[in-house]
Amino acid sequence: MKGRWARFRRWFQGIPVASWLLGGLAAATVERLVGLVVAYTLGLSGIPSFFGLSLILANPAQIPAVLVYLLVMYALPVYLVARATAAWTARLVTRMSTRTYVFVHVVLLFLVVYFWGELDSYRLLVLRLLAISIILTTSLNLVNGWMGEFSVAVAGFMSVGAYVSSIVMVWGFVDDDVFGPAVFPPTLASLAFPFALGLGGMAAAITALAVAIPSFRTRGDYLAIITLAYVFIVKSAVENMEFIGGPRGFMNQPNVAGFPVVFIWTALALWVIYNYTSSTLGKATSAVRDNESAAEAMTVDTRKVKVVAFLTHAFWSGVAGGLYAHVIGYINPSSFGIVKSAEVLAMLYLGGLSSITGSVLGAVLFQMLSEILRPLQLAKWLVIPVVLIVVMIFRPRGLLGFREMRFPFLQPRPTEEVGYAPASD
Amino acid sequence: MPLLQIEGLTHYFGGLRAVHRFHTRIEPGEIRGLIGPNGAGKTTIFNLTTGVYRPSEGRIVFEGRDITGKRPHEISRLGIARTFQNLRLWVNLTALDNIKIAFYAQIRYGLAGAFFGLRGRRHEEERIEAEARRLMRLLDIEQYADVVVSALPYGIQRKVEIARALATRPKLLLLDEPTAGMSPAEMMDTMEVIRKLHDELNLTIWLIEHRMKFVMSLCQHIQVLDFGEIIAEGPPDAIRNHPRVIKAYLGEMVEA
Repeated sequence: MKGRWARFRRWFQGIPVASWLLGGLAAATVERLVGLVVAYTLGLSGIPSFFGLSLILANPAQIPAVLVYLLVMYALPVYLVARATAAWTARLVTRMSTRTYVFVHVVLLFLVVYFWGELDSYRLLVLRLLAISIILTTSLNLVNGWMGEFSVAVAGFMSVGAYVSSIVMVWGFVDDDVFGPAVFPPTLASLAFPFALGLGGMAAAITALAVAIPSFRTRGDYLAIITLAYVFIVKSAVENMEFIGGPRGFMNQPNVAGFPVVFIWTALALWVIYNYTSSTLGKATSAVRDNESAAEAMTVDTRKVKVVAFLTHAFWSGVAGGLYAHVIGYINPSSFGIVKSAEVLAMLYLGGLSSITGSVLGAVLFQMLSEILRPLQLAKWLVIPVVLIVVMIFRPRGLLGFREMRFPFLQPRPTEEVGYAPASD
Repeated sequence: MPLLQIEGLTHYFGGLRAVHRFHTRIEPGEIRGLIGPNGAGKTTIFNLTTGVYRPSEGRIVFEGRDITGKRPHEISRLGIARTFQNLRLWVNLTALDNIKIAFYAQIRYGLAGAFFGLRGRRHEEERIEAEARRLMRLLDIEQYADVVVSALPYGIQRKVEIARALATRPKLLLLDEPTAGMSPAEMMDTMEVIRKLHDELNLTIWLIEHRMKFVMSLCQHIQVLDFGEIIAEGPPDAIRNHPRVIKAYLGEMVEA
């Protein structure tokens, strides 16, 4: 068994990530050109949105057709192109500085995902929601993972960010019944959007300060309880504000959150949080988690460290909320209830604490799982918890708890240390 | 001017008087010992000195500055570092990170540098890492730099904790039972380390110990504590034969 696994691995050995991405680009191109024809030939009703798993669940008789589609459309082009370009990209990649290396990969990833997603507006919607989930999960990880507290306020922060940025955008750029005619020419909406998001994030961070001041005097369950209250307070506050629609919700957000915009914000969030958690200043957050009194005795201003982590979480959750509002084009108070927080918490604990790649993985898996299982309707909420329980039994620290994913057998080039040595579990 | 001067230090936990009118005067360059039976209040005195508790009464003066009631991170920034009786390392982090984080107050890039990786941050991180590795070399633990501390042997963890305390650039180092749980061989090794720190870094050291041999051979001046009060003080020889010390440790001799 082990020998077979090794042989399997050898097929993939020495192919740099860049080659896989080029393969993905090729697959996306092939699908764009002949996807529909192939799908019809195989008897499918159209291009499968998400790898055909929901088709399978809806009608198991379609399994062979879907498998053939996946093989022809994705597996073959990806592998062949990756293999063919491996030697060439390997040479190119080893000559790059770390900065260009990262930049090239991010751009490639963007092209692959965008090219693949643009074929189907439903894909594009799910991808944007996924990117938002990644921001939420990673920023929550700062508090629940690196800092070791337990906050459930993420939905509340989203709500504040979503409403504040929506108000700014609708007031400024849309002819609205409540906010009157557009103040600025609507063509400038895209330019102003980053500022609106920033305002939303800052508003969330300011409300977070009100939570942080009383709850960081002590440790323990207080933060969980106070943040739970926070979510309910925000919800009923918004429900009672008639000028933003109250419980009926708030719409008319300008269409400014396309996939590229959401992608850039996600990359920015990950970059900032990675920078912080990999700096010595940011690692003090983990020191506070592991032993607060020792951190204090070693010159760490623990109160400041905790407030910074919490406000950063609030800021990015607010930004994510603003993105969400403009992706969906409609928000209401109950989109940001405790269920939303629970979803993000599930993504976080699935992926693993104190790990950026873990958060990304958790968000991707959870979001994909919930898309794929959509045909099961209500039964989906039986399957997903079971999956979570199984993960918790076999990997109590989450899939990537306390470590970062590396690609040693994909990459000929040693990647930079990300912060944690292999965990002791 | 003494490095550390404590006068009339008294502390109550509820109705329990843990420390009563403790005083001391530690001169720069000294290795000072604090001994006493279990529960005598030795660790409480360290906790009061480093700001973990605010004393009920008394004054603590460090380098001529009154530090009574200051918060622990402020006191440690002034130059008092400590280790703990039961190790308090950051167990999910590597040995190197444990030491690097103790440079916290000396980091010269601010939050903006941390979040956006501005220029100067890399340089500063390199400087901190080099200094942390230098400290690890000094204690002969550099080969463990990238190991998560919970995976390290006990004796090495003790040394990581000392290196971490040194990273805060202390003038006064408080060691709370540095040899607790160690074998005689490890104890001798620790003794060498403490001598080395004292001689090479010109460090003033105040230590709590249970092992007489250890204290007697390291310290020039020893204070003995029992039920929160000083019962004897002086050079090792005077302490060894002091009747109240013998009584506190061995109990009273009953005349037949």
